[in-house]
Amino acid sequence: MDLDKSVIGLTSDEYVFEVESRHVGQFATAIGDDNPLYTDDRYAKESAYEGLVVPPTFPIAMNDGKVEMPVQLDHRRMLHGEQEFLYYKPIRIGDQLRCQIKVSDLYDKEGKSGKMQFLKLDTEMKDEAGELVCISRMNIVYRAAKN
Amino acid sequence: MIKDWVLEELTVDQKLEPMVKSPITKVQLAQYAGASGDFNPLHLDDGFAQKIGMDGVIAHGMLVMGFLGEYVMKIAGKEARVANFKMRFGKMTVPGDEIRCSGVVERTYEEDGKRCIALELTAEKVSGEVVGAGSAILQLT
Repeated sequence: MDLDKSVIGLTSDEYVFEVESRHVGQFATAIGDDNPLYTDDRYAKESAYEGLVVPPTFPIAMNDGKVEMPVQLDHRRMLHGEQEFLYYKPIRIGDQLRCQIKVSDLYDKEGKSGKMQFLKLDTEMKDEAGELVCISRMNIVYRAAKN
Repeated sequence: MIKDWVLEELTVDQKLEPMVKSPITKVQLAQYAGASGDFNPLHLDDGFAQKIGMDGVIAHGMLVMGFLGEYVMKIAGKEARVANFKMRFGKMTVPGDEIRCSGVVERTYEEDGKRCIALELTAEKVSGEVVGAGSAILQLT
């Protein structure tokens, strides 16, 4: 079954994600990213970030593993084509961010193997004051169902 | 990585010193699965990967983006914040692959009184096979 434009605007429930030091450390270690901006308080304070931050791709790990997606998708047809992060405020250890996943766009394209659909999923992360901190934008290629 | 330039002095088309990562390992994929929460068996279970036509497990695309993120943060150093960062995923990577990250200055401009530097980024295997292309915007403070 193909998706139709009515999915645009659908949102998941909101969930709160707490940024934990051990989690950030494990994420940076897995990548092998040893930037002192994630670990050295004094170094980080003197930087443009004015304090410790998380690696730039860390927002991808900010799912609670429980939240239901705003649309039901067949994982076998999904391909993560592109990823974008829009940063508004630094993400700090100890932050409790309110996150919500939203379908921001859906469009069709004819590909070599038939019609393909492109789905944009935005995870918006806001701080306790309700201000936008980061958007993690996932562009998903949704292939045609096999008959 | 040798940083032999100053951010404010970067000019359009200037190439930045590349960064080469150690070969990707299966242990690293397990670490990344745990830290990111992506436990897709395609990245962890050779038997599963072979059943769907691969030679074995493949790396998480987001791990390769993590390498590019490390590179961008090294370029930004202490002087800049990253305002935007994106990547298009291309070829697959597998354990043993060494990824080289490189960048070139696409343009420099002023926005809200801040100097911005737009970078074009490439992640490729050391053989030269491109696995991802991206971009980032650095904002000097």
